[in-house]
Amino acid sequence: MGYIEMMDISKSYNKQSNVLNGIDLQIEKGEFFVLVGPSGSGKSTLLRMIAGLEEISGGTLKISEKIVNHLPPKDRNLSMVFQNYALYPHLTVEQNILFGLNAKKADKQIQQKRLEETAQMMGLSELLKRKPRELSGGQRQRVALARAVVSEAPLCLMDEPLSNLDAKLRANMRIEIRRLQKRLGLTMVYVTHDQVEAMTMGDRIMVLNDGIIQQVGEPIDLYNKPSNLFVATFIGSPKMNLGKAVLQDSKLIIENELTIPLEQFVNLESLENLNLVIGIRAEHMPYGDEDQQVQNVEIVNVEHLGNETLVSFEVGTELWTAKWLGQWLVQVGDRVPVHISVENMCFFDEETGDLIQEATFTHKQEVVKR
Amino acid sequence: MSMSNPVPASSTDFNEINFENVKKKQKVMSFTKGMLFLLPSIVLFGAFLFYPLFKTMYLSFFLTNARGETTVFVGLQNYIDMFASPIFHQSMKSTFLFVLYTVPTTIIIALLLAVLANEKLKGIGFFRTIFSSTMGISVAAASVFWLYMFHPSIGFINQILGFLGVESIGWLTDPKWALIAVAVTTIWMNLGFTFLVLLGGLQSIDSYLYESADIDGAGYFYKLRRITIPMISPTLFFVITVTIINAFQTFGQIDILTQGGPQNSTNLIVYSIYREAFTNYQFGTASAQAIVLFIIILIMTIIQFKLGERKVHYQ
Ligand SMILES: Nc1ncnc2c1ncn2[C@@H]1O[C@H](COP(=O)(O)OP(=O)(O)OP(=O)(O)O)[C@@H](O)[C@H]1O
Ligand SMILES: [Mg+2]
Repeated sequence: MGYIEMMDISKSYNKQSNVLNGIDLQIEKGEFFVLVGPSGSGKSTLLRMIAGLEEISGGTLKISEKIVNHLPPKDRNLSMVFQNYALYPHLTVEQNILFGLNAKKADKQIQQKRLEETAQMMGLSELLKRKPRELSGGQRQRVALARAVVSEAPLCLMDEPLSNLDAKLRANMRIEIRRLQKRLGLTMVYVTHDQVEAMTMGDRIMVLNDGIIQQVGEPIDLYNKPSNLFVATFIGSPKMNLGKAVLQDSKLIIENELTIPLEQFVNLESLENLNLVIGIRAEHMPYGDEDQQVQNVEIVNVEHLGNETLVSFEVGTELWTAKWLGQWLVQVGDRVPVHISVENMCFFDEETGDLIQEATFTHKQEVVKR
Repeated sequence: MSMSNPVPASSTDFNEINFENVKKKQKVMSFTKGMLFLLPSIVLFGAFLFYPLFKTMYLSFFLTNARGETTVFVGLQNYIDMFASPIFHQSMKSTFLFVLYTVPTTIIIALLLAVLANEKLKGIGFFRTIFSSTMGISVAAASVFWLYMFHPSIGFINQILGFLGVESIGWLTDPKWALIAVAVTTIWMNLGFTFLVLLGGLQSIDSYLYESADIDGAGYFYKLRRITIPMISPTLFFVITVTIINAFQTFGQIDILTQGGPQNSTNLIVYSIYREAFTNYQFGTASAQAIVLFIIILIMTIIQFKLGERKVHYQ
């Protein structure tokens, strides 16, 4: 039994086509659950339905084992950070943060204590007397966060709460939110379109596209075993390299350009003569040694990230990127050997886009990580 | 700049540009442009507002003949006479009472209706139309309508009173009731406009604010007090200012309903000015009264703005 249970939930605005379709989902108590998806995929809509701000068009929603389809927001005992902050423009930061506690007539001393703690944590102590219009975008966002945090409701919904912060502050807040969630044992539903945020924060991630669940799972599973092409390209940065491929005479031909002979231990007979799309992560294409299977490719772009180097090259119509550890002084136009191995590849059905076979190598990797 | 480095001609030009000068020129340009845009309204205001205002001030220091031409310069005598006159005192008292009766009532009723009409209910559009409908009715039509409502024998109001067993009231003929009757008419007439403006103010409040308050568990009246009222305070402020000015300037309904009577009880200041000027042909006295009215409204408005600045929240 999950803390939040959704059974076949769907949503349509003005009785037109569905924005969300057949959402079946369980979120456990104390879980940090992340919703990711591209813009317009229905993340906010789903969150607002959990909050009770949006009518549920079909299906059942349960929170702690009670059906709540009909309950107004205030009876669902949750807090929320809105995508557009929804700060009260006429109230100071302090009044904004305490609005909810005040409405619930909480004890004045408790209010002050919580206010101080929260302001401290969000770095707002200096700004308490200001009005929202006198704050920067990031400061406003932190007020919105503080307002949700201060209520200490057991369920917290956040709609892209860090989108306006700079990289350093964002990294900081990621840790703060995560710590707070663990300390208070909050159940968190966290919307983001930033897959790094999703990977680093979530206990589990749900990928949503066009109102349909693409995959639900732990971050590593989504990374290693993307259940379809959408998830494969959405999770991970740089995105997974894809190429059309066919398997013929024990050779894998990618985009009619790369030919990779199969190694003995890989068993792929079942894929013979199918229309495939293969996917390979950037870090699985290292600089080739002599004793390895290598492909010679021409570099079309180099990006230096400091500790690693991104090298792009063309494979047929696709642009692939390899990630090499360290600083490589290669130039655009150089021909370099790249090790591309079948055991690192995920295989997808070209027609449906679904995963047929995951990379065999990942099992070994997991052992290494322990 | 070192001499050994030959500098191209264009670059020297660049260095010689005097930024202060250019800025000054730009300022003059933008001032001229602004003035050009303002010109039409300056001309109109001048012809129809400022000229009459100064002419009125000028007239208030003279006695005039029946055609409004100045005859004798009397200095402040018009003002002195006016402040000594019991009729003027009565007129001032009635005016302030009238403002007191109409302004708060209009605004409270309009606000209530607007809050009701702002709820998302089925068929609310019908009520919005009804509530704002008095806006489309002219003063004359409304006054005639209320003239019948207040009619001593066949009037609707007295009929209801009779039905309830209450003695009928001479609404427009009893000095105790006449001002109230005119106030009721005025409230009814102003309700449409006030309602519409307030409803507009309510609708411009971001719905996210209420959603956030809902999640926080705020009740209906808490939201009304902490969100709705502060958020429409600029609108409310505008409406209060306009309603007060309107109340001071009431004329049409008095002319039709009571002609200032009975016993001068509804002789509000504008009607009094009108009577001085066009019945008694005392343009000097009328002008003096007009100037007093102008000063009263000016002071009221200044006070409101001073108070408003502190209380009103602008986005
Ligand atoms: N009030 C509404 N009326 C009609 N359609 C709406 C409404 N709100 C959202 N939609 C539509 O529903 C779809 C999902 O919107 P939603 O706001 O949930 O997207 P999102 O995933 O949160 O996107 P983003 O990352 O840009 O915030 C969009 O196609 C949007 O146009
Ligand atoms: Mg959204």
